[in-house]
Amino acid sequence: MDLKEKLISSFMAFENDVDLDHPVHDIRSMAIKNFEMKGFPSKKEEAWKYTSLNSLQKIDFTIFPKEANALEYRDVKKYFLHEIDTYKIVFIDGIYSSYLSETTHDGVDICLMSSALTKPMYKAIIDVYFNKIASQDESLTTLNTAFSREGAYIYIPKNKMPKKPIEILHFATGNEATLLLQPRNLIIAEENAELQVIERHQSLTSNEVLTNSVTEIFAAKNAIVDYYKVQNNVGTASLIDNTYIDQKDKSVVKVHTFSFGGNLTRNNLNFYQNGEHIESTLKGVTILGEKQHVDHCTLVHHKQPNCESHQDYKGIYGENATGVFNGKIIVDKIAQKTDAFQQNNNILISDKATINSKPQLEIFADDVKCSHGCTIGQLDENALFYLRSRGIPKKEAQALLMYAFANNVLESVRIPELKTRINKLIANKLGVNLGFNL
Amino acid sequence: MLKIKNLHASVDDKVILKGINLEVNAGEVHAIMGPNGSGKSTLAAVIAGKEEFHITEGSVELEGEDLEDSAPEDRAHKGIFMSFQYPVEIPGVSVTNFMKTAINETRKAHGLEDMPANEMLKLIREKSELLEIDRKFLSRSLNEGFSGGEKKRNEIFQMAMLEPKLAILDETDSGLDIDALRIVANGVNKLKSKKNAVILITHYQRLLEYIVPDFVHVLHDGKIVKSGGKELAFELEEKGYDWLKNEAVL
Repeated sequence: MDLKEKLISSFMAFENDVDLDHPVHDIRSMAIKNFEMKGFPSKKEEAWKYTSLNSLQKIDFTIFPKEANALEYRDVKKYFLHEIDTYKIVFIDGIYSSYLSETTHDGVDICLMSSALTKPMYKAIIDVYFNKIASQDESLTTLNTAFSREGAYIYIPKNKMPKKPIEILHFATGNEATLLLQPRNLIIAEENAELQVIERHQSLTSNEVLTNSVTEIFAAKNAIVDYYKVQNNVGTASLIDNTYIDQKDKSVVKVHTFSFGGNLTRNNLNFYQNGEHIESTLKGVTILGEKQHVDHCTLVHHKQPNCESHQDYKGIYGENATGVFNGKIIVDKIAQKTDAFQQNNNILISDKATINSKPQLEIFADDVKCSHGCTIGQLDENALFYLRSRGIPKKEAQALLMYAFANNVLESVRIPELKTRINKLIANKLGVNLGFNL
Repeated sequence: MLKIKNLHASVDDKVILKGINLEVNAGEVHAIMGPNGSGKSTLAAVIAGKEEFHITEGSVELEGEDLEDSAPEDRAHKGIFMSFQYPVEIPGVSVTNFMKTAINETRKAHGLEDMPANEMLKLIREKSELLEIDRKFLSRSLNEGFSGGEKKRNEIFQMAMLEPKLAILDETDSGLDIDALRIVANGVNKLKSKKNAVILITHYQRLLEYIVPDFVHVLHDGKIVKSGGKELAFELEEKGYDWLKNEAVL
């Protein structure tokens, strides 16, 4: 039985556990039908030209873990941003861990999707927002929608700001030989609300894990959302991240994506500007080695006038790693005075590494500023010589240059402790100890 | 200290140095002058170990040791320093952190522990005062957004920090206004001792009014065509390089 068949038959088992009378279940039923019709995307589709899901479909994934697994905080502390106080929504093998979490209902709701999808008090909000910006026909999104049951639910009312950043952590313990996870997150920032979210996926063993995640983010007028994604660095973990963002007037949303490994990572990051004077920022640092693969597929849809978008993705590819950057910008006819900027710079540090970079601009307005640039190169020999001539050995000098290359993406990280942490991850990834904290 | 014998060097099969002989002893200041394209910067890069230059004949020795197979970082550890004509920008790495890395890597190569933090701070303070460098400057990213003068001053600051045996200053005077030139020259003069040596590579005689050389060599078409004392520099200033080119042909 292939993965698609297994998923479709699992849906019946899934239905035994959820409330079939809840309106959300109609959405799920529709979604599984769509998935059944479409199946997994293939390389024949333009958007999947450079990323194949074939080998993942051959794995016999466990779809429902048998039992809840526990972790001790001290064993996983290093994956939290423990230097500062945070709200925490923690999942172990897809199951909520109240022991490791710190949720709140104090003026804001930072809690669970399973509550939001079942408790009557959330029904009005779920009716308005759930599955409203996520694609209704993209097959992996519909697959997630069909099985949507658990994840993070964050609701920040008008003029509110949580006291501290929110961490969403997904641990895979490896207690199941193989595991498919489908977290579903809903994040709503009402007018003038502000929040910071850090989402991290971490495997604790080298067992096969595939995560197919969907996150919907709604930023109302003047809302500010900072979203940081720290992706799995374990070579047997695969992640398909589908994020959909709806922005209203004068809202500011920034998404930073840090990809430091994983077998296969696909980021479908979609911004829809449904208002004026909106700012959207998409930044990424990708550092890969071995046979790792990362595919950044971004969309910024400028639907109203006077908005800005900034994209800046840096990639460093070694060994047999492969990278894809596919950045699509659509500017509707009425979206005059759009300022859209896109930059993708890559360094290949091995002869066998590959990058495919493809900007796609569809501009229907005539008074816009749109620019895009893409570079693929090696480390600058003159710069390398400069550092070595000061006594810094070749390996360290290379690392310093790669760090410098990726650095400007980090400048917009607004949580200093997270910035320090990312710097350390980069230093580790580059395999050097530079004698100072970067 | 430095002995260059019949040095021939090429890049991409293009021969640039065609038999250079030069001996530099501790305590001496040598100026190497010459028109554009004569091989001045190539000579500096070959001494510092830039890999794209190949020595096809002859040798470069530092204190009796042939440098041919020595990596740039090893040469730095042995006490060679080159001030770059075009210093490279490294965003995200502060001047201070860069110097800490450079000094501790050099100490590591000599089997020493890292320099204690307070000692490092003291050294940085002392040397930055010598070059009249503002503290704020030290926390800025290396060379990023620096003016031409700031870059050159920062080069000499690095030299002061690393205390090399042999310093090669490649066109350090280019792009400097008179105040910056005075500060840089003053720094170099203070760092000069009986134990170290300086090679000044310059197109103009201007720098030599501030740092007085013991010897002046004129490079033309990959060869030293004339050597003399500091008065040679003044002669060049007056007559230009053309009379030497003619002499070289003879």
